Amino acid sequence: MKYQRHKNEATLLTYDYSARRRWLLGVIIAGMLILIGKAVSLQVFDKEFLKEQGDMRHISDVPVFAYRGMIRDRNGAPLAISTPVESIWINPQEFKITATRQQIKQINRLLNLDDGKIEECLTDPHKQFAYLARQVSPNLAEQVKSLKLAGVYSEREFKRFYPTGGVAAHLIGFTDLDDKGQEGLEAAYEHLLHGVPGSKRVIRDGKRQIIDDIENIKEPIAGKTLELSIDQRIQYLAYRELAHAVTINHAKSASLVVLDAKNGEILAAVNQPSFNPNMRKSLKENLYRNRALTDVFEPGSTVKPFVVAAALDGHYVRPDETFETNGSFEIGTHIVKDTHNYGTLDLTGVIKKSSNIGVSQMALRMPPKYFWEVYHQLGFGESTASGFPTEVSGSLLDYSQWKPFDSATLSFGYGLSTTALQLARSYTALADNGILHSVSLFKRDEDPEPKRIFTSRTAKSVRAMMETVITKDGTAYEARVDGYSVAGKTGTVKKAGAGGYVENSYFSVFAGMAPASNPRLIIVVMIDEPSAGQYYGGIVSAPVFSKVMSGALRILEVAPDQSNNMPVLLMGKN
Amino acid sequence: MQSETRHEQFERHSFFGNFLRKLHVDIPLFVTLVLISILSFVILYSAGGQDLDVLIRQATRVALAFGLMILLAHVEPYQFKRWSVILFSLGIVLLLAVLILGEIGKGAQRWLELGAFRFQPSEMIKITTPMMIAWYLAEYALPPKPKQLLIASALIALPTLLIAKQPDLGTALLVASSGAAVLFFSGLSWWFIVGIGSLLTALTPILWHFMHDYQRARVLTFLNPEADPLGRGYHIIQSKIAIGSGGVYGKGWLGSTQSELDFLPESSTDFIFAVFAEEFGLFGCVSLLVLYLLIISRCLFIASQANDTYSRLLAGSLAFTFFVYVFVNIGMVIGVLPVVGVPLPLVSYGGTSIVTLCAGFGILMSIHTHKKLKPY
Repeated sequence: MKYQRHKNEATLLTYDYSARRRWLLGVIIAGMLILIGKAVSLQVFDKEFLKEQGDMRHISDVPVFAYRGMIRDRNGAPLAISTPVESIWINPQEFKITATRQQIKQINRLLNLDDGKIEECLTDPHKQFAYLARQVSPNLAEQVKSLKLAGVYSEREFKRFYPTGGVAAHLIGFTDLDDKGQEGLEAAYEHLLHGVPGSKRVIRDGKRQIIDDIENIKEPIAGKTLELSIDQRIQYLAYRELAHAVTINHAKSASLVVLDAKNGEILAAVNQPSFNPNMRKSLKENLYRNRALTDVFEPGSTVKPFVVAAALDGHYVRPDETFETNGSFEIGTHIVKDTHNYGTLDLTGVIKKSSNIGVSQMALRMPPKYFWEVYHQLGFGESTASGFPTEVSGSLLDYSQWKPFDSATLSFGYGLSTTALQLARSYTALADNGILHSVSLFKRDEDPEPKRIFTSRTAKSVRAMMETVITKDGTAYEARVDGYSVAGKTGTVKKAGAGGYVENSYFSVFAGMAPASNPRLIIVVMIDEPSAGQYYGGIVSAPVFSKVMSGALRILEVAPDQSNNMPVLLMGKN
Repeated sequence: MQSETRHEQFERHSFFGNFLRKLHVDIPLFVTLVLISILSFVILYSAGGQDLDVLIRQATRVALAFGLMILLAHVEPYQFKRWSVILFSLGIVLLLAVLILGEIGKGAQRWLELGAFRFQPSEMIKITTPMMIAWYLAEYALPPKPKQLLIASALIALPTLLIAKQPDLGTALLVASSGAAVLFFSGLSWWFIVGIGSLLTALTPILWHFMHDYQRARVLTFLNPEADPLGRGYHIIQSKIAIGSGGVYGKGWLGSTQSELDFLPESSTDFIFAVFAEEFGLFGCVSLLVLYLLIISRCLFIASQANDTYSRLLAGSLAFTFFVYVFVNIGMVIGVLPVVGVPLPLVSYGGTSIVTLCAGFGILMSIHTHKKLKPY
């Protein structure tokens, strides 16, 4: 042995060093085998379980948001679209560990937050979640994320954007912050518009941030697109003209409906006052009522053509019959009055001068049941079933409760109530030669349920009578449209208050159609409480009708049917 | 002797061998150390989030440590023996200084600020304790008498308790085992070893009483990590998951999900073995352990070839301490031991332990390469 050579190491002979070394090597190898044994048990026997546990920690399924369906007008122009935005939130517990005052200031400045808002979130020791800003642009969110602060997260959301702003606001409605329909069509067709979220598998890191997508588990299904019957161009035109009229007449509110006379499609429905659905903070509830469908008024003289048509169809009057109107007419203890003494009027004269006495005499000749049936079939007292939420049905008293004076007041449009849309719809019966159309907010080629109310002959002859309204000595010369014949009827209706009719408080209405020879469009204009002096429908509402009708006919490229009153510039050769 | 193997013949006869011998570098040890350092860089690159700066910093430390190793290899072994007492005493004084400064500064204190650089006296004591015990026992006939055993035990207990008081249980354990290893190599009777073993087992409840709360928690967590999976058990559960999901073949280099995604805490330092196991699987684990075993065997071989008692005792202790290092770390990461803060030797990120370890290897090389050039 080597160490025997050194005599000063003789003492080592008393025990065997090599044995000790081998012992220790044995212990060491045993230790290594314990470690290897444990490694085998983890990596071979428990592998599947541990791998699963590991995957559970970093692989998770997250929802993929589905696009909300678009709302478009009949020509495809967008009325409501969803754009991707980011919402930024913090986990206050993670955030406060590293965030400095300087960084909080930076976030405040980027997101335009009030000072102290973040600090407030940080005071609650249990709070794990607080929104800092919702629906900010992806670009801004990227800037915030680039600060690389612990505990600051963002999530993808969609914001609804309404390109037409207040123009179609009442109809479209709006969504809430969670992209759920709150008002209007957005609420009514939530089930179609909202998509079905998908899901995807992602990898997260130990800080719960998503690192990577692995696979799509379920594709999100985007919501369906709603294709409305609305023509955005006409809608805008109507909105502009109505807003102007409300301003100059100091009116309280107003509605306007444009219908396609051939199939009942709603081409425009606007209201005043309006609101901007893109600025949701300033919304007041009374602003977003779709008054054209939800607010009722007594139609007044605008229903008189129906009385004449009903009387003609039922043979209660002869086409050439005349009526004595001497300014006042007694029915029992009640008195019906005209604004002037029109003397003897033929049927055309009754419409043209809007004689209450003339239509009352016709109404009294008709059995209440027959008269009621005509009104009822025209849709008064029943919802139009347009599909708009909160639409109301108006009211029409059942004939069994009528007294003779009720027939008279109903004939000049008191005692029943209607929305602007209902009134416009009833006019389709005159416009489409006696056929009443259902209305629709959605684009369609033809009316699936047309209903004949009047004979074609009667409808045509009443329309001819209504054309005289738009003459120099009619009540609504202001409603004329250059190049087109117009048939229509004014209504100036005393507003009913708590204790009867209120003085100097009116609904100014004009309902009409053009071209009168073969009507394409029906427009109803209703202005509530004009208070700038003028209140006659023929003066306040008829000009709005004229401008909107004239523009809409040109937009739809409807051929003019009259040349005698075409503008000189269009006609003249010199 | 049987251990007179081929490479020794090679060293003796070839010109190149003689040159290296003059360099005082032990080739088998040096090669395995270089291999494990390369492995360390490979796994650190992955565990450190593929940050080249981390790698460069670590490489600098390794280079410095290897420099110290070669420097110490040139020191003749009797010099270590001569300086043993002084270095050990200095270590104890520094430990006391750290403890007193810690009292003033409140809380754990392991570092001594010496101007620009920080110094951890407990690292130095890891080497000077076996040096001291070896020096003391080498003066007497072996195996030691009971009186010498008592004094030697006291000399081991002093630094161990001082470090345990810091509190640094891991290092205290390493220091104690380095001293105990010297006693074992000195021919301590088996009866005594069995007796001490039983005594320590009996003392466990008392030891428990003196432990800090966090140390108790670590032991409890070790016994049942699932009791608090998000709190104290988190480390050990995460590391088991990482190791287990590596399977037999591993996920491949840079393929670990648990550490890359920050699920595994301290993945570059104490828990780096878990990353290694996840990426290289069971094969990797066994290979790494074999590499460690090669280093330990070589150290033990050097010990057996030493010329004098002092060198032999010291070399054996250094070899064993290195094993304890490996076993405590991997045992902790793999879940057979409680969590104590011991890095994986030569692989974990950090400089202190590498410097101490390489100093030890330097001493071993010195012992091995000087004996034939200048017997004394």
